[in-house]
Amino acid sequence: MPRITVSVDGVTYEEEVEPRLLLVHLLRDRLGKTGTPIGCDTGNCGACTVTLDGRSAKSCSVLAVQADGSEVVTIEGLARGQEWHPMQEAFHAEHALQCGYCTPGMIMAAIDLLKDDPDPSEEAVRRGLEGNLCRCTGYSNIVRAVQRGAREMARQEAPRETRPETRQEAPAS
Amino acid sequence: MISAPFDYIRPASLEEACRALGDAEEAGDDVKVLAGGQSLLPLLRLRLAYPSALVDIGRLPEPRGVEDRGDHVFVGALTTHDEVMRSSVVRELIPLVALATATVADPAVRHRGTFGGSLAHADPAGDLPAVALALDCVFVVRSVDGEREIPASEFFVDYLEPALEPGEILVGVRVPKLGPGWGFHYEKFHRTAQSWATVGVAAAVRLGEGGGGTVEEARIALTNMGPTPVRAHAVEAALRGADFAPSGSNGAPDRIREACDRADEGSVPPTDLHGGPEYRRHLARVLTYRAVRAAGG
Ligand SMILES: Cc1cc2nc3c(=O)[nH]c(=O)nc-3n(C[C@H](O)[C@H](O)[C@H](O)COP(=O)(O)OP(=O)(O)OC[C@H]3O[C@@H](n4cnc5c(N)ncnc54)[C@H](O)[C@@H]3O)c2cc1C
Ligand code: FES
Ligand code: FES
Repeated sequence: MPRITVSVDGVTYEEEVEPRLLLVHLLRDRLGKTGTPIGCDTGNCGACTVTLDGRSAKSCSVLAVQADGSEVVTIEGLARGQEWHPMQEAFHAEHALQCGYCTPGMIMAAIDLLKDDPDPSEEAVRRGLEGNLCRCTGYSNIVRAVQRGAREMARQEAPRETRPETRQEAPAS
Repeated sequence: MISAPFDYIRPASLEEACRALGDAEEAGDDVKVLAGGQSLLPLLRLRLAYPSALVDIGRLPEPRGVEDRGDHVFVGALTTHDEVMRSSVVRELIPLVALATATVADPAVRHRGTFGGSLAHADPAGDLPAVALALDCVFVVRSVDGEREIPASEFFVDYLEPALEPGEILVGVRVPKLGPGWGFHYEKFHRTAQSWATVGVAAAVRLGEGGGGTVEEARIALTNMGPTPVRAHAVEAALRGADFAPSGSNGAPDRIREACDRADEGSVPPTDLHGGPEYRRHLARVLTYRAVRAAGG
């Protein structure tokens, strides 16, 4: 059986895998990363979306052997300790989930979208998430959440002096 | 579902890949090339294919990338859809490829799916086969016996059946630049955002000099109107000399529309959840008109 080395959420694993093992099954069944769900058999639903070497991929449509030597980030790798990622916060704040099944994939796809378009329009969010299906929410709250998450991520990444709260603190001159 | 077992071979070079395929062919094994896996892995999971081994070329350093080669642009088979869309050479010199690729699947699939994979898969519902047919692309394929070229008009043999012999790998595609004066459009009709075309139309139109608005030449090909992509020769012939003046002006008949009403001639449209042959024939006529108007406008 092929032996692979793969980094998942910052931890390096060495595993012997059957060639037909899908990346999503490696994550869930071997590494216990059940935060990434499986919603379909055809690559359509996007529930299983992760980041593979920096860009979004549907982990049900990648063989574990194809990820040999790669870096994978799942929904479980986003939080910093007890602190949620801003996109997770935004989904919570905007009620962007009901059953939550699509949410891990939605959040991973949303974060990927912002790499090309850090301040996306509603239309750009809808297009960017076209590969992720939600059967509950009707999408409107998801779109709002992604835009809210984007604003928060931009605020956190902005140099300190341009952050609104630090500007307020700066002495008037 | 989980696919049936198979062996996995990851060659380090294109030469090694050709050798692995050649050896397998001699041994009588059913080997398949794996590129992005975005079409092949769903087929394996649904157990619609049972190859004994996969030869994974997905991470080879070549053939990938886009190169301006004078009268044509060479697109390496392993170039992902995402890379194609980001290429300024593609956008500027072969815009029809950029327009159609942007409609393929969704961002995550486009990060992994390859230009060569969508063509070698020879799915008549795929968006790129019709584009390759309309532009008269040339397919470059390699095996242990060397390289050969296949014109697009001969590449799509039947449903999911390209003109590749066992042991052959698609290396890349020469996409002719059509030069100044040409306009392009890809018109795709589909029910949901990320889904395949119910019907699609790839159009390239060249109008006469001096802004006369008369069609000198047109190239039209249809997605999902038969077991292979279909070239709409009847429309192309009927468009020659047709006037682009706004429809109905001077009470003259709209010759563009008359030409496009021939779009379904010679097609054998399939039946599926999204519609039957008559509906698709209607779509082909309407969408061809839209595509031609957009390409020439
Ligand atoms: C949810 C979803 C939606 C999609 N929607 C669309 C759509 O709207 N329009 C569209 O056009 N496509 C669509 N696709 C398919 C997508 O474009 C695939 O990327 C493409 O069809 C296959 O490319 P690949 O590199 O993944 O090929 P693979 O899946 O690796 O291979 C596909 C086939 O081609 C063969 N092959 C691949 N590369 C070569 C080569 N270089 N030489 C010889 N044989 C080769 C393989 O053996 C296999 O038979 C969709 C896919 C998914 C999962
Ligand atoms: S489970 Fe991967 S796309 Fe549906
Ligand atoms: S919240 Fe239930 S599928 Fe999206």
